[in-house]
Amino acid sequence: MAKDKTNNNYTGNQSYWGQVLSRLRKNKMAMISLYILIIIIALCIIIPIISPYEIQTTNLSGKDQKPNSRHLLGTDLIGRDIFTRLFYAGRISLGIALATVIIECVIGVVLGSLSGFYGGIIDSIIMRITEMFMSFPFMIICITVVAVFGNSIPNLILVLAILSWPNIARIVRGQILVLREMEYMEACEALGISDLRRIFKHLLPNVSAYVIVYATLGMASVILVETSLSFLGLGVSPPTPTWGNMIQEARNILIIQQKWWYWVPPGTAIFISVMCFNILGDGIRDALDPKMMR
Amino acid sequence: MRYYILRRIIQIIPVLIGIIFILFFILEQAPGTPVSYMMHPRMTPEQKAELEEKLGLDIPWYERFVNYIKEASQGNLGYSSTHKKPVTEVIGNYAGPTLLLALVSLTISIFIGIPAGIISAVKQHTVIDNILTVMSFIGISIPSFFFGLLLLKAFAVDIQLFPLFGLKDPLLMSDNIFVKIKDIAWHLVLPSIVLGLNSTASFMRYTRSSMLEVIKQDYIRTARAKGLKEKTIIYRHAFRNGIIPLITLLGFWIPLLLSGAIVTESIFALPGLGKISVEAAMSRNYPLILGINSILAILTLIGSLVADILYALADPRIRYD
Repeated sequence: MAKDKTNNNYTGNQSYWGQVLSRLRKNKMAMISLYILIIIIALCIIIPIISPYEIQTTNLSGKDQKPNSRHLLGTDLIGRDIFTRLFYAGRISLGIALATVIIECVIGVVLGSLSGFYGGIIDSIIMRITEMFMSFPFMIICITVVAVFGNSIPNLILVLAILSWPNIARIVRGQILVLREMEYMEACEALGISDLRRIFKHLLPNVSAYVIVYATLGMASVILVETSLSFLGLGVSPPTPTWGNMIQEARNILIIQQKWWYWVPPGTAIFISVMCFNILGDGIRDALDPKMMR
Repeated sequence: MRYYILRRIIQIIPVLIGIIFILFFILEQAPGTPVSYMMHPRMTPEQKAELEEKLGLDIPWYERFVNYIKEASQGNLGYSSTHKKPVTEVIGNYAGPTLLLALVSLTISIFIGIPAGIISAVKQHTVIDNILTVMSFIGISIPSFFFGLLLLKAFAVDIQLFPLFGLKDPLLMSDNIFVKIKDIAWHLVLPSIVLGLNSTASFMRYTRSSMLEVIKQDYIRTARAKGLKEKTIIYRHAFRNGIIPLITLLGFWIPLLLSGAIVTESIFALPGLGKISVEAAMSRNYPLILGINSILAILTLIGSLVADILYALADPRIRYD
């Protein structure tokens, strides 16, 4: 028994989130991913301070350079420093992903909890709507909406959020359906606590773990979709750099063949951040529920 | 069961109408009309009105919506003015490469992803399992366009093993059917790997976790206790139950594959649905946009219906009434 305690790191008075955190700390892959993400995000934030170049600075005499000591990742066709652009692009790509995930979670949590809590006709209506949104051919709708409304950053965020909330709504609904039947909810009803308070104060905190996992994994998928759209030329338009359109600008067989520093760095940046979000999300899920530890 | 299938088919109809309604609504909210894209700067207002009438844009959108539903129920999806052909014919002409690509990738993912997932689960916490797990993380995380470009650089530019783009070699003069098939197959190798990688990795992850759950159960221990061979236990007893959650996944996979096909087609310049849907969106070809979306939505809905039916057939514990 004593051994069991040390193994699971239950120090008795540790809070639920404290326990989750200490379990997460033991997961090496997840912690490394977390540190890499922190480094990437930090670089994106401090890039104006550490870089001697601006994103718009062009330098035609120093164009098309291979990576060297002055330009860590070389320069592009009009002499812009690729290292600097990479992290400015990270601000946009990660920012879009974060905003999308926040909006999508808000819509999903609100509709999912209403659906699960009230059941009946409200539930059927909301579930039919989620079914509709889930049957949309995601990419084609994105392309259509972006082409028709224009590809400004707010438009992109809204489109992605509106198309991806159904998943989170279904997860939240499923959890609330289970929790609703528990005895403490009966106690709430007996105490005459209002519906809204029951949902937001008593039910949602129990669902928040799932929302956090979903949000972390959601960051990964939103980054992938946004960069794919940019790659198709339908995302954020140049000269604002994003990881996707940096690759899009390099879609030319000559550049692909001879100038790897144009397209490999942004591609690697997308790959690494998506992978870290995926591993971290998985790690958090395992840490939240030790029974699911695999 | 028959009653359940019938009810599900009937349920598809309102969902489908809802999807088309939302599309009409979105397109109506858009600034400008298709006419503003098609018209010549020197057109007179009368000519503009005539063009609008020709495209059927002179009546309110909700009436157009009702008309569209009426026509679509008889299989008429309108007329694509850029292709000068009916929408159904345009989609028919371009659907081949997309469906072929999706089918090949799906086959690859099933035949690689599921066995890899089983191996990973059976050898849990070994080196093989760790390697496969890392590979599956790479597979679900690498952006397809980046992976595609890397493959292009390695296998089409540096070593010129595979063709760079397209579906057929335009210089191929042979009439031999086998040569033609070989040519198309050769062109599809890299695209199928790119499109298949993500689903292979996902199938592997799902198979692994579902097999791990099954292997822990009592009846597997019983099977071991009565001295069955490990192979029989895994492939006859555990696999049957472990595969059930994957069936649902297959239903959800159709829209994902088709979305992925758009990007893949763009990398390798394949003439498929992805190509025409990007063009349709750019040129505001409303009938074509609506047609592609409705057909893909129907495929998705049928996919999830088939998955539910298979689910019930595979698992007799599930009863639909």
